[in-house]
Amino acid sequence: MTNYLWLVPALPLAGTIINAIFSRKMPRWLVSIIGVGSVGLSFLVVLTQFIALLDSDEPHRVINVSLYTWIPVSDFKIDVAFLLDPLSAIMLLVVTGVGFLIHVYSVGYMAEDENYGRFFTYLNLFVFSMLILVLGNNYLLMYVGWELVGLCSYLLISFWFHKPAAAAAGKKAFVTTRVGDFGFGLGVLLIFATFGTLNFDQVFHAAPQMFAVGAPVMTIITLLLFAGAVGKSAQLPLYVWLPDAMEGPTPVSALIHAATMVTAGVYMVARSHELFALAPLSSEIVAWTGALTAIFAATIALVQMDLKRVLAYSTISQLGYMFVGVGVAAYGAGIFHLMTHAFFKALLFLAAGSVMHAMGGVIDMRRLGGLRGIMRWTYLTFFAAALAIAGVPLFSGFFSKDEILAAAFGSGHIVLWAIGLLTAGLTAFYVFRAFFLTFHGAPRWETEHATRPTGHASQDAQHAAVHPHESPAVMTVPLAILAVLAALGGFVGMPSVMGHNWIAEFFHPVFGAHEAHLPPLTEWLLMGASVAAGLVGIATAYWFYLARPEIPVRLAARWSGIYDLLWHKYWVDEIYSALLVEPGRRLAMWLWQSVDVGTVDGFANGLGRTVAGASRVLRGWQTGYARAYALMMLIGTVIVIGWLMLR
Amino acid sequence: MLTVNHLIFLSAILFSIGAVGVLVRRNPLIMFMSIELMLNAVNLAFVAFARYLQNLDGQVFVFLILTVAAAEVAVGLAIIVALFRQRETIDVDEASILKG
Amino acid sequence: MSLSVPDLNLRIIAPVLIVAISALVVLLGELVTSSAQKRGLGYASLVGLLAAGGAAMGLWDAHAVAFREMVRADNFGVFLTLTILAGAVLCILLSFDFTRAHRIETGEYYALILFSVTGMLLMVTAADLIIIFLALELLSLPLYILAAFKREDERSLEAGLKYFLLGAFSSAFFLYGIALVYGATGTTNLARIAASAPSEMLLIGAGLLLVGFAFKVALVPFHWWTPDVYEGAPTTITAFMSVAVKAAAFGAFLRAFLVALPALAMDWRVVLAIIAVLTMTLGNVAALLQANIKRMLAYSSIAHAGYILIALVAMGGAGVSAALFYLLAYTLTNLGAFGAVIALGEGERERLNVSDYGGLARMQPLLAAMLTVFMLSLAGFPPFAGFVGKFLIFGAAVQNGWAWLAVVGVLNSLVSVYFYLRPVVAMYMSEPVEGWGAPRVAPLVALALVLALIGVIALGVFPAPAIALAAGGLGR
Repeated sequence: MTNYLWLVPALPLAGTIINAIFSRKMPRWLVSIIGVGSVGLSFLVVLTQFIALLDSDEPHRVINVSLYTWIPVSDFKIDVAFLLDPLSAIMLLVVTGVGFLIHVYSVGYMAEDENYGRFFTYLNLFVFSMLILVLGNNYLLMYVGWELVGLCSYLLISFWFHKPAAAAAGKKAFVTTRVGDFGFGLGVLLIFATFGTLNFDQVFHAAPQMFAVGAPVMTIITLLLFAGAVGKSAQLPLYVWLPDAMEGPTPVSALIHAATMVTAGVYMVARSHELFALAPLSSEIVAWTGALTAIFAATIALVQMDLKRVLAYSTISQLGYMFVGVGVAAYGAGIFHLMTHAFFKALLFLAAGSVMHAMGGVIDMRRLGGLRGIMRWTYLTFFAAALAIAGVPLFSGFFSKDEILAAAFGSGHIVLWAIGLLTAGLTAFYVFRAFFLTFHGAPRWETEHATRPTGHASQDAQHAAVHPHESPAVMTVPLAILAVLAALGGFVGMPSVMGHNWIAEFFHPVFGAHEAHLPPLTEWLLMGASVAAGLVGIATAYWFYLARPEIPVRLAARWSGIYDLLWHKYWVDEIYSALLVEPGRRLAMWLWQSVDVGTVDGFANGLGRTVAGASRVLRGWQTGYARAYALMMLIGTVIVIGWLMLR
Repeated sequence: MLTVNHLIFLSAILFSIGAVGVLVRRNPLIMFMSIELMLNAVNLAFVAFARYLQNLDGQVFVFLILTVAAAEVAVGLAIIVALFRQRETIDVDEASILKG
Repeated sequence: MSLSVPDLNLRIIAPVLIVAISALVVLLGELVTSSAQKRGLGYASLVGLLAAGGAAMGLWDAHAVAFREMVRADNFGVFLTLTILAGAVLCILLSFDFTRAHRIETGEYYALILFSVTGMLLMVTAADLIIIFLALELLSLPLYILAAFKREDERSLEAGLKYFLLGAFSSAFFLYGIALVYGATGTTNLARIAASAPSEMLLIGAGLLLVGFAFKVALVPFHWWTPDVYEGAPTTITAFMSVAVKAAAFGAFLRAFLVALPALAMDWRVVLAIIAVLTMTLGNVAALLQANIKRMLAYSSIAHAGYILIALVAMGGAGVSAALFYLLAYTLTNLGAFGAVIALGEGERERLNVSDYGGLARMQPLLAAMLTVFMLSLAGFPPFAGFVGKFLIFGAAVQNGWAWLAVVGVLNSLVSVYFYLRPVVAMYMSEPVEGWGAPRVAPLVALALVLALIGVIALGVFPAPAIALAAGGLGR
């Protein structure tokens, strides 16, 4: 059965090649069939592999399929070889399954775009790259996938390159993630130097034998690997590229910047769990980075007005949760949350895209509202996703988030648990704030559209008038399927007090069977706490934005003299920042403005300026005078000879 | 008594004079003559070593080097002539359009 | 004392001889062909190069020395011979239409390339410093002329003059190095140098040899000629120089230092490591702001010399095979990149500015895709040849205890992505510029590009056979 595993990445690659060469000469329907069909077929192959994996007994659920020898290095070889185990199987299902749905959706979303063929070429290339990343059985192949997804991300963010913001965002993403990639690359080299091999099974077999827990080499290796994850998965302090990446087409945001690529860091840490097990310090850093990112991004999400940016910060925050999970050694829980997050976050993005589609590109929530009756399917599916991310019981996010929080608590990280709990409340608040502002209340688009000029350059609102309408079936059907998954997907991983945790058991061959169980009462209490946090968040959002809409208006007038001009524009923000405790508001604003916009960007720009300056200096040395060159060569010769003589 | 040390010292001095000549002259012909001086300094070293080592190889090398130097002259002069035809000057410092 | 007949094993130098004879044939052919028939001389050159390639393949596993151990046939030399020949073949394929468009289509053009190739092949076969010197001169003299080959173009003449003056200058240092090595050891044979006792004079000689090689492969601070000459020379010649000279000079560099001077490795490794850092860094940083694509590729070629130098510092079988693989990968990739630049020219006008590449992805999607692949490969992006090459070099450094050098290398290749992607970004993400028509690609140029592309992808995806061929071939 696993003989067909190579088809999984091969099909999207074939789609890429065909569309790259022929898409200009082919009708659109054929481009769509090739683009969507290749991923669909790939998904079907994944299903067969998955079923084969389910049929085999636990010890046989780790299968290496070697295609050929890639790079022979002295006494060992790196193969182009795929590793099929429960971990990669779940990732494959997410990548091809959610990927397929997003491809279908794109057929509708991108229907009007003149570069339709190019879009599907890139999208298929991305799926191929992501599959290589997930399937590779060694760090080098993973690195190949890692670099390729970065390239695809860049190409797709700046897909609408005629928008300066999109071109700049692509560049920013590329620059920022490469800082992390540098760490990852060094980590891979260090693994190679330490173990003389890069194959997962050999490295993981050798590591516990060669090193004791806490060995400095393992700490350095894992920290370097994690640096890559921080860049790719948009964690503090390298997260800055992800909000800007929303300049790309919405299906791209859903597929790459929510469901799959950004989770590559989590996958990589989970895949390397045997190394992280030997480096408790690194694991601790992973967990803390995750927790701080989670709450940091969630506070920023509170003040955003652009619907896609809310979702972007939410993604950063949720990725933080996943790192908390893998950081406290609850690898199964981290990957479980990765899966449910893929469902509900992809759904949120696609629904947001559906709104954008209907509103002629408007994504500013101040110009939305009241879409509930017009976009029935979008409304309902967004609602399902919002319930899932808010952690409402029995929806998917509830189970996975709860498992991470329980694991943090159970491993003694009470502070991490508390941060996670607080973040859960904030999450519920901001997602329902977005939900209410977009779909409920009075429509703000009829009255305001005529008077307000287009806000950011990010809004490609070319249409003069807005005629909201439900999106075509090719877009709503994927939404509906994802909604079902977002609602029910959590039942595969129920906590032990409620039933059978199938997914944890499925992961046993990878992560081992030793999962700590809390006493049932503690577990119920923890669950109750996170449910309460979520419900409080939802209720607050309801109270602010639906039940008492006159409060915001009154408060806005009262506080109008205090906040600067910038904040007068964002009147909705003023209401809740006035109602939030003042230090909290200060913190949120300070984090958003000074850290986000100032420090990190300033550092990146400063670095760029330094390098550019050095480049200019070096060019100045190249004077064009042959005699000057000869002089410098002579000086060089003297230095070389002098060095050799004097040392 | 003239020892090999004296000869090598002389050759080093000649080589240095040649190298400095390349640096200070702006006429490519003179620069080129300086390079020839460097090559002949090398020839002197080869001959001195050959004598010191009682080994004829070094003497043979001198002939090879002289041949190479002659070929270099031909090519060099051709380029200099072509440049003069184009520019009416052969000042090396004026050949500095390409830079940066 | 008895006279022994020298071992005139012509088979060992058959590739060199074949190319030399083809050069003479082409030169004579120049006399008897009309201007419309010059193309035939190009085809004749191709035949000669391919025949030399066949002869070189016959030397695989020959492991022989000849001419009083002045030349040696080992797999190291054969690998580089084939690399150089591949570069020359691609260069000539690119030249047919280029020379016509630039009105330099003469027999001498091809003959000079062949003479230079003769020197290169001799250089990687040589086992004696004097032969290396003669080969170096044979390689360089035709290139001085070729750099200045556009006689009405001031830039081309300036490039030729600078290359010539500085090249002759560095040759003198190289030669003085040989003299000192000869004085210190009584021999110029590489193997016998290794057998003699190290001395101060040998060390100075080694330093001067280093300077000579460093000039040819463009290592800092002996690289100054590179950007100016690469920019001024006709693009086909720049392409040829950037790859073939590097392969030949690095071949002799590796052989001289690894075979003759391993006893001094403690001394020269540190110097070369520092030079490698300077070279990579200067090359990549200076390339960042270059708007002229030939100049950018010139600085890039300096940076690549730095990467290859890491392999020499690493030494050992891993280092040698990494260097050989890298040279092959770089030859195909860089010729591909230059080939795309040549293919995009219109008559005598060339697209030299990065902004000239605007919107090409729409007008010439395949060519744009090819140039993208070449640029990504130069940047060391997987899964192309350059990536595997860099992995081998950095891996060899790490294995042999030079991890910090590998770290600098990784950091540098990270920086390099930015300037390599600039033409790519222009092609895909900006509008076409005024004044340029849709480029038409001549069939032979297309053939060269496709061959290079196949090579770059094959070496990236299926590098194992080439790595096996590059391994363990340096005879002592």
